[in-house]
Amino acid sequence: MEIDFKHKQAAHCENGVVANLMTYNGFTVSEPMVFGIGSGLLFTYIPFLKVNHAPVVSYRAMPGIIFTRFATRVGIKIKREKFRNAQTAKARLDENLQRNNPVGLQVGVYNLPYFPDEYRFHFNAHNMVVYGKKDGIYLISDPVMETVTSLTEKELEKVRFAKGAFAPKGHIYYPTAFPEQLQLEKAIIKGIKHTCRDMLAPVPVVGVKGIRKIAKLIRKWPKAKGIKIANHYLGQIVRMQEEIGTGGGGFRYIYAAFLQEAGKLLTNNQLLELSKEMTLIGDQWRDFAVEASRIYKNRSNAVAVDQYDHVATLLEDIANKEEVFFKKLKKAI
Amino acid sequence: MKKNEVPQDKSNLESANFKELCYAVDENGEYTTELSTGWNPKTIALNNAIEALNERISASKQRVKDLKVSPLEYYMELHKMDLPILASYVGIWKWRVKRHFRPAVFKNLNNKTLQKYADVFDITIEELQRTDL
Repeated sequence: MEIDFKHKQAAHCENGVVANLMTYNGFTVSEPMVFGIGSGLLFTYIPFLKVNHAPVVSYRAMPGIIFTRFATRVGIKIKREKFRNAQTAKARLDENLQRNNPVGLQVGVYNLPYFPDEYRFHFNAHNMVVYGKKDGIYLISDPVMETVTSLTEKELEKVRFAKGAFAPKGHIYYPTAFPEQLQLEKAIIKGIKHTCRDMLAPVPVVGVKGIRKIAKLIRKWPKAKGIKIANHYLGQIVRMQEEIGTGGGGFRYIYAAFLQEAGKLLTNNQLLELSKEMTLIGDQWRDFAVEASRIYKNRSNAVAVDQYDHVATLLEDIANKEEVFFKKLKKAI
Repeated sequence: MKKNEVPQDKSNLESANFKELCYAVDENGEYTTELSTGWNPKTIALNNAIEALNERISASKQRVKDLKVSPLEYYMELHKMDLPILASYVGIWKWRVKRHFRPAVFKNLNNKTLQKYADVFDITIEELQRTDL
C-alpha cells in the first residue's frame, strides 16, 4: 500500500519529519516554525564525550525533544514506541501502514544505502517517515533528500536497530490527536522564552557561556594537544556547525526565518528587526568557519599560534553578540 | 546570508547527486530556501576527517601484521567504530572486547564469540581470523 504523503525537503531531519507529518494531517506548519516552537536552537559543549576522537559541541537541542516540546506547546498528542525485538518492531510498523498512518522513525545513519559514503558514520539520531510498503519494499520520505527513496525490509531493520549512543531501538512515533485549530501564538512565545533561558543559562558549558568555553579551549589546544589534534578538533566543530541538517550557520538562519515568520504572525515589529540581527550573527558563524578552515586546510602544517587566538576572538565576539541578542529577544516578547 | 550567496562549491555530495537545503534571505529581505551543492570550508573539514580515519585504519592494519593486536581492532577501525560502539553492537562488555584485541586472547576465542564479531562486520570467521590483511 502507498499512503498519499507529500514529501518536502527540509534542512534538518527532525523538523522536516514533524512539518511533513503535520502537513499530511491537514495542518500546514513550516520547518522554521517547528524548530522555533520546539526551542531547537542551542549551543552546548559536552565535556568527557568524544565522537570521531574529537570533542563534541552541539548547536541544537537533544534529539527528539524538539517534537516533544512542539507537541505540548501546540496541543497535539504523540505516541512513541520503542522495541526490544525486531519482529515486533516490524509488525507494529506494518500495522500502522495498513491503517494508512505514516509514521516517523528514528534511525542510524551508518547503514543508510542512499547516503554518500563519506557521510555514513555512526550517528543514531536521524529521522525519516515511512509512508508505504510495496512488494516488501518500504517507501521512505527522508527530509534531507530532494526526493523520496525506498529501503528493503532488511535494510530498514538494520538502521532501526543500529547500536551505540542514542541507539534508536526501533523507535517509531506519530501524532494521534489534534486540537481543532493550532494555537501558534502562545506556543511561539513559550518557545522563544525557553530558547532565551537556555542560551543565557548560568551553566559553563551551555549557551553563550558554552561558546566562550570553546573559545578558551581553542586557544589552549595547539599547545596542549599539538597542531594536528588541534586542527582535527577545529574541523569537527565546523562540521557540527555546517554539516547537512543545520540550514547553514549552526541553525542560526533557520532561527532567523522563524523569528521573521513569528513577527508577522504576532504583528511584532521588534521580532522582524531581531530576525535581521540573527541573520548577521549567522553570517558571523559562517565567517568563523571560513577562518577556521584556513587553519585546518593543512592538517599538520605549523600555523602561527596567533591564528588560533584569532578564531577564538571571533567566537568570543559571537558570544557577546548573542548575549545581547537573547536579552533583547526576552524583552521583545 | 543572501540567496545568491548560498555557496555552490564542489563537494562529496555531488557523487550521490545530493543537494542540501539552506535558509537565506531574498532581495526583499524575506526568508526563503535554496539548494546548495556544497561549501569548501566544510568539504575540507570532512576530507580531513576521512583522511584521519584512513590513517587510523592503515596504522591498525600494520599492528595486525606485526601481530601486536588482533584483527578485531582493524575491522573496528574499518567500520568507523570505536570501542563503545563495537561493544554495543556485539553485546559484550567493553573491557572484554578490549581484551579480545590481544592476539593471545583472540586466538583462544570460541566459535560462538567469533561468530558474533563476524556477524557485526559482515564477514566469515575465517576472514576475521586472517592476519595477512
